[in-house]
Amino acid sequence: MKFTRRSAITVVVLIVASYLFYYFFMRKGITYSWHWYDVPKYLFYYGKRFSDDPAPAWHMGALMMGLVLTLKISVVSIIFAIIIGLVVGIARLSDEPITKYLSSCYVELIRGTPLLVQIYIIYFFIGTMLRLSAFAAGAAALSIFEGAYVGEIVRAGIQSIHKGQMEAARSLGMSYSQAMRHIILPQAMKRIIPPLAGQFISLIKDSSLVSVIALADLTFRAQQAVAQSLNAFEIYFTAAGLYLVMTFTLSMVTQYIERRMAVSD
Amino acid sequence: MIDAQNVYKTFITPDKRKVEALVDFTLHIDRGEVVVIIGPSGSGKSTFLRCINRLEEIDEGKITVEGQDLHAPKADINKIREEIGMVFQHFNLFPHKTVMENVTLAQEVVRKRSKKEATEIAEALLKKVGILDKKDVYPSQLSGGQQQRVAIARALAMQPKVMLFDEATSALDPEMIGEVLDVMKTLAREGMTMVVVTHEMGFAREVADRVIFMDAGRIVETGTPEHFFTSPENERTKLFLSQIL
Repeated sequence: MKFTRRSAITVVVLIVASYLFYYFFMRKGITYSWHWYDVPKYLFYYGKRFSDDPAPAWHMGALMMGLVLTLKISVVSIIFAIIIGLVVGIARLSDEPITKYLSSCYVELIRGTPLLVQIYIIYFFIGTMLRLSAFAAGAAALSIFEGAYVGEIVRAGIQSIHKGQMEAARSLGMSYSQAMRHIILPQAMKRIIPPLAGQFISLIKDSSLVSVIALADLTFRAQQAVAQSLNAFEIYFTAAGLYLVMTFTLSMVTQYIERRMAVSD
Repeated sequence: MIDAQNVYKTFITPDKRKVEALVDFTLHIDRGEVVVIIGPSGSGKSTFLRCINRLEEIDEGKITVEGQDLHAPKADINKIREEIGMVFQHFNLFPHKTVMENVTLAQEVVRKRSKKEATEIAEALLKKVGILDKKDVYPSQLSGGQQQRVAIARALAMQPKVMLFDEATSALDPEMIGEVLDVMKTLAREGMTMVVVTHEMGFAREVADRVIFMDAGRIVETGTPEHFFTSPENERTKLFLSQIL
């Protein structure tokens, strides 16, 4: 019942939106001949990749290859962002003044400068010094950037747990780190998941910026495909759709996890 | 067993005022003794209790538990705390753990007991506090009185030498106070060393070996329950008792 009503609303919204889109398109007098039939080959195609391939076969098209790289760099960055975020979040609550100061410097520095500039700095400066690949530099930039935000989310999550929980754990003889691991973090995690999901959705979208250092991610591949086919609208709509598939899947997964974790409420 | 000598503790409030919570506080508690601390709110009774397991740091003086100096820089506070059970006003059960897990967790993590051993001990204690049938539910599904009994079982599972009760019945609905007090009385009869901060004068009268009246961070009067409730000497004590009895 609830589901059908929601679907009905979605359908109505989609119809109205596409009508408005069409209406303004015509009003502005833009005539554009759509070439949607040209798009599938950028996803999958049947043929030879190179002229000396022995036989034709199914291959991933440019956009799919870009999607795979975007997924790879996002997953790697999410993992490192979680690690950085946990360390920074806990460090910001430390009693040790130096730890506290350094971690808040990190957060302010990273949040206060644009990701695009950070990508350039890490790729051209640090990347050149340490001989990093474009992928490593891109993943490092994304992890460091998102890690600062994750750190703030972790800190807020830990602070939202009543201090009686830490006292009860410590009064039973647990050390600070045991109490963190068994008592505070599991509870904080539950509250952290919704903002964290939002942050990781941002990360997937922000990953499009690594196309500036010639990493062949989805955005980069889309630009190339447009240059080749001149079908800007179709390709970019498709790329946007692919980003949406990734972010929406992540969103669904987190909602599922949230429901699973709600058992003790 | 517990020895506090000339302890001073001052809080700085957010608006920079100094509050003297403990002033030259000296108290000795013997093994097996049940000491009930009463007094108006802000008199420092909870602060003293929290200093006994170093949830609060002291400014001056010395507190020893079984001869171990609690606030010494080298003190292994986790080791000492294993021997000191504490029950809080707001229970502080772990909401993401079931009743059973609440009681077994510290046994496994701190005492390094096997899951089987920890579960056996937990079952015996949950039975003792009369809540074994709820062992697989989460704390949010329990009443306040039930939660507090689980909290007592959780503290007892560490087999502490002392139990501290910080206004353990103050957050409970009146009809649930009795069930928690009954558990505490049983413990007292079994010879547990207990330091109890409470407003339950009935409990003090019935089970205390010694009653201590505190005000403004100092011990105003100390004595047996009979002395306290029949012939208090200090004017401040008389006033306090007349207001609450």
